[in-house]
Amino acid sequence: MADFETPELFKNIHVPKVQPGAMASDGPFIAKPDHQEALGFPHELVDNWEQKAVEEMGNTLKKYRGLRVFLDSCVKCGACTDKCHYYLGSSDPKNMPVARQDLLRSVYRKYHTPAGKFLSKLGLEGLIGAKSMTKEVLDDWYNYYHQCSECRRCSVYCPYGIDTAEITMAARDIMAKVGQGQKYNNEIIGKVYKIGNNLGLPEPALADTLEGLEEDIEDETGVKVELPLDRKGCDILLVTPSADFFAEPHVDGLMGYAKVFHEAGVSWTLSSKASEAANFGMFIGSYENMRKISLRIREAAIDLGVKRIIFGECGHAWRVAYSFLNTLAGPFDFLDQNYPIPQHICEFTHDLIQKDKLKFDPSENDWMTLTFHDSCNVARASRMGDKPGGQFTIPRDIIKTVCNNYVDMAPETIGEGTYCCGGGGGLLTDDLMAVRVKGAMPRMTALTNVVKDDGVTHMAAICAICKSQFSKVLPYYDMGMDMIVSVHQLVSNALILTGQETDDEAEQAEPSTE
Amino acid sequence: MSTFFAFLFWFATAVIILGLAFKIRQYWATPAPLKIPTTPAPTTKSGVVYRMAKEVIVFESLFKSNKWIWLFGWMFHFSLFLVLARHIRYFQEQPWFWVNIIQPFGKYAAFGMVIGLLGLLARRIVVDRVRYISSPSDYLMLIMLIFIGISGLMMQLVLHTDIIAVKEFFLAWMGFSIAELPDSFPLMVHLSLVALLMIVFPFSKLLHAPGVFFSPTRNQVDNPREQRHISDWAAKLETENKG
Repeated sequence: MADFETPELFKNIHVPKVQPGAMASDGPFIAKPDHQEALGFPHELVDNWEQKAVEEMGNTLKKYRGLRVFLDSCVKCGACTDKCHYYLGSSDPKNMPVARQDLLRSVYRKYHTPAGKFLSKLGLEGLIGAKSMTKEVLDDWYNYYHQCSECRRCSVYCPYGIDTAEITMAARDIMAKVGQGQKYNNEIIGKVYKIGNNLGLPEPALADTLEGLEEDIEDETGVKVELPLDRKGCDILLVTPSADFFAEPHVDGLMGYAKVFHEAGVSWTLSSKASEAANFGMFIGSYENMRKISLRIREAAIDLGVKRIIFGECGHAWRVAYSFLNTLAGPFDFLDQNYPIPQHICEFTHDLIQKDKLKFDPSENDWMTLTFHDSCNVARASRMGDKPGGQFTIPRDIIKTVCNNYVDMAPETIGEGTYCCGGGGGLLTDDLMAVRVKGAMPRMTALTNVVKDDGVTHMAAICAICKSQFSKVLPYYDMGMDMIVSVHQLVSNALILTGQETDDEAEQAEPSTE
Repeated sequence: MSTFFAFLFWFATAVIILGLAFKIRQYWATPAPLKIPTTPAPTTKSGVVYRMAKEVIVFESLFKSNKWIWLFGWMFHFSLFLVLARHIRYFQEQPWFWVNIIQPFGKYAAFGMVIGLLGLLARRIVVDRVRYISSPSDYLMLIMLIFIGISGLMMQLVLHTDIIAVKEFFLAWMGFSIAELPDSFPLMVHLSLVALLMIVFPFSKLLHAPGVFFSPTRNQVDNPREQRHISDWAAKLETENKG
């Protein structure tokens, strides 16, 4: 799949005719033995993998009610068939949520349902779409379960709430357990265990980077803003995606968090042990690995003696933090119970804005017209604030406070119906470039429309994967890679630090030209 | 013939009751280890009841998704509800008050049922995406239901069946004795297919009926930060790893 065509953009998001096999491929690179080893999986496809896969499916069915209910309940109504961004962008029918589920459901029916067992004996399993576990099926699993970003858009529209993400996670977990894991995800999880973060940045490199950022902020504002690492006795532990430490536009967001903490007058620190918010254990559907990754954060919080945990801008990380952290690494009875555990940086900043604790000059962002991309896992798998839907209003409130020009994209493409960036769920790797570019089509359509109609120049996001994915994919659709910005980058631009020399003051200091 | 149908229905009734009881128990007993409500989700139990009610009564998510499927699907299910409610009278000497009230609506709901089903069948054939995902059983299920509806309508409108005798048959059947069924071809078709439907129910996609109530994306309260949610098997991991 080295060569591929970027989808053509139409005025409205176009539902294509099915083209079977359009995305047929060997799938992403397979994990090498040492990638598998670090996670406790077999090195390579085990001898009796067919039987083992069927057994593992049985174990998973006993552990997850959702999986069992979802596999039983689908009536093939077709409501989800035009909801997946990968289908819309690729025309491959196996990217329709129901068809993706059916890759696993057909095997479930054959081995784990009375109807499937009975009809198989009569040679009639085709009647109910039941299939044997064969190499062909495994190949389809490997390919198409790595064309799902676990974004949950299908689950919004399913009359039974069937969530393909749950099926994808189960399938990936089964594949890893019979010896066929994905290289990208498993290699990264290995780095987290060994070094502490996805990018493999060791403690000295982190310290160096943070020092550099402190200098940047001081040069720009004249104010010394600290970015502490492993400092004991602080109130707040900030856990943020490691992309925030070095890549644009992520790093501008990190400087934004630091400035907000500084202005709030709270003590905070990063941790080299928990120097990663993302939890790729979720992507591979492995409860055990997800838990192990989460426990680092608990340990770091205990070691550093903090009272609160705050997460930086990261989508799937926020899902694991908000929805799962208490389950995986709780109870957090040693933290200050007066604050949400954990808290999102947007909740923190929003709270300060509500209390009028921050001073902004939104005209600093006047050269841009912004729109906001709701990251899939923030939108459909988490919340911010006290009320349902806070995950939509809080980031927008922040942007509208710090920017004068803001426009939303088409309503069916944001909020709970938001389209994934195309790179989530463990697909943010170059060997899946075709999938990523095609999957971005719906978002690119919605974005192009506000660029043309409303003069939008930039799109803000609160997810490291979204930011990286858009930087890479925007040029395929003839837009600039720097169109994507961090929400806290906008905050950073407009925030006036106490004691900061503002542009006005600087101008006044110069001799008047009038 | 009457004996055959009496035994068929005793069997079918046992299968649907025991089969559903087994599946519901299985769903109930399987843990949901993580909080996975599709958000925005209610933050209280009463909110979840309201969400589920909207889902089950007006098919809220399907309405968001696709107006045609919603129209045909809802028309079929609501009509089926009226038709089933109307059928209660065949099992009661004196029908309940409300069964009498819906009787006139129930009689014509069969048309709504058949129209809804034909709409769903047409979509299955015409829309390429839905055709792609359809197995033979998906067509057969719709055809079976359509014939149940049509045979029922036939008894009412074309080949008039002695419905009083049918009622007497089922009243006796409930007391485990066998009365004479009237000789009627549409009645034989109707009863055979209904028995078949009851038998396949707990083994097929018709499990969506109990399934929807157990769907964690719809029935979970969105309160993971406030309340720790932990399943038994996950709690076991904690004690194992503590050492």
